[in-house]
Amino acid sequence: MQLTNRSRDVSNKEQSFMEKLYLPGLLKGMAITGSHLFKKRATIDYPDKKRDIAAVYRGLHVLKRDENGAERCTACGMCAVACPAEAITMESAERKKGEEGLYREEKYAKIYEINMLRCIFCGLCEEACPKEAIFLTDRLVPTEFEREDFIYGKDKLVEKIDKRIDVSARQTPEVLEFKKIKGLKHNELFEGKKISDKKH
Amino acid sequence: MKVTIDGIEIDVPKGTTILQAARMIGPEVAPPTMCYHSELKTSGGYCRTCIVKVTQGSTANPNPMPKPVASCRTEVMDGMVVQNVTSPEVLEARKGVVEFLLLNHPLDCPVCDQAGECNLQDLAYGHGAANTRYEFERREFDPIDIGDKIKLHMNRCIMCFRCVKVCEQITDGRVHGVVHRGENAEISTYIEKAIDNDFSGNVIDVCPVGALTDKTFRFKQRVWFTNPMDAHRNCENPKCKGLVRLWLKGDEILRVTARKDQWDEVHDFICNTCRYDKKKKTDWVIEGPTQVNRHSVISQNHYNHLNELKVQVMKQQKALGFMDINKQP
Repeated sequence: MQLTNRSRDVSNKEQSFMEKLYLPGLLKGMAITGSHLFKKRATIDYPDKKRDIAAVYRGLHVLKRDENGAERCTACGMCAVACPAEAITMESAERKKGEEGLYREEKYAKIYEINMLRCIFCGLCEEACPKEAIFLTDRLVPTEFEREDFIYGKDKLVEKIDKRIDVSARQTPEVLEFKKIKGLKHNELFEGKKISDKKH
Repeated sequence: MKVTIDGIEIDVPKGTTILQAARMIGPEVAPPTMCYHSELKTSGGYCRTCIVKVTQGSTANPNPMPKPVASCRTEVMDGMVVQNVTSPEVLEARKGVVEFLLLNHPLDCPVCDQAGECNLQDLAYGHGAANTRYEFERREFDPIDIGDKIKLHMNRCIMCFRCVKVCEQITDGRVHGVVHRGENAEISTYIEKAIDNDFSGNVIDVCPVGALTDKTFRFKQRVWFTNPMDAHRNCENPKCKGLVRLWLKGDEILRVTARKDQWDEVHDFICNTCRYDKKKKTDWVIEGPTQVNRHSVISQNHYNHLNELKVQVMKQQKALGFMDINKQP
């Protein structure tokens, strides 16, 4: 079977005089190497220059806060069960009175960890999230020296209150349409309104 | 008595309901239920989820019944012909029932401890529409404690009355029931009186939604991250057989529940000692992992079914004359 037309038969025939000199072959190789000096470079000076990436690039995760600065994640576990690499683990806790500004729902993630060595950046966690909490951003996972450092906890994942990360490009038209349904209590929360204290 | 359900004929004794006859045939034709529980007398007839179409009343009177009937409360007649999944009318009506059940049900599955083993979740996923047409505010209650072990989220209640029947029939001395009427009805204990008899914990297991949940398991872990195991112990209580299901995470027992059958119904009710106080692995004799339906979210990431698969593959290989790779030389 011939896969390419560049393949050649290997033979054991004796070298000619020119081949025995080695010098022409050497010069030919040097010429190829030298010609690359004048070609366009294949690499860039990474930290100083950055390549353009797609608007929907899937990089490092972020756990979003809502408009009031409260964490959106309610530790429902949908991301972890959707994760094909089983990279996400979490532990939940109940919100205490007075923590309404910190956590949006009555349950929150006490521990939320993503193992970045396991993660394949497929974005299924983002798709599974019912609370619009986890998003993949265009940031890259930095290199580390220890394996443990790749397990990202809430300290690295939750966005800083003064350094919000814009993910509006990642919200699909379907999601934006769903948010317009006023009847759902879910959407009441999205608009940053207070939960109605009306009791039956 | 001969009865035909979805084109399948079955012979059943007199006094059988359509639902029981359908369940004898199998899960393909059995209507879903929310309020009916075979161990609880007079349960059923509230939620209308199990409605079916009777196209022929009996051999004596072959007229169809004018409206869909609740199969859990309708007894079969000789020669009755029933349509469940084969009738688009029934499926449409059931979709309406689901919409009604979800009118006041909050969209808090991500927070609710029942998610993953919730009958209403399954029902809505299988039969309901994605959107609601209801424009008014849902009724809201604060979650309250019934005793120190049970949390009541009245928001999530669908008024199936199963817990009331449990308190009536399984425990001695009924202490909780339904107060007010119609849209205002709510499950309550008399002036929030604590439930404290031996079998009160069973209201958690019979609740088809997350209205009554175990406070010792509250927000501990999502159901599908735990590992269900069947276990038993010699319970001192003569009424309790001690047959339970343990929900483990690693070596830690997070929750103890009664065993549920394929219709999600409990037959051996367990006492509160077994449920709340025996949370050590040494208290129990573990029989083995619970057989969970492969399509259930609880079986996700568990790989128990792979053992079955392995046995099947081994059988095939043996039949084809391959060597047994697991055999030691």
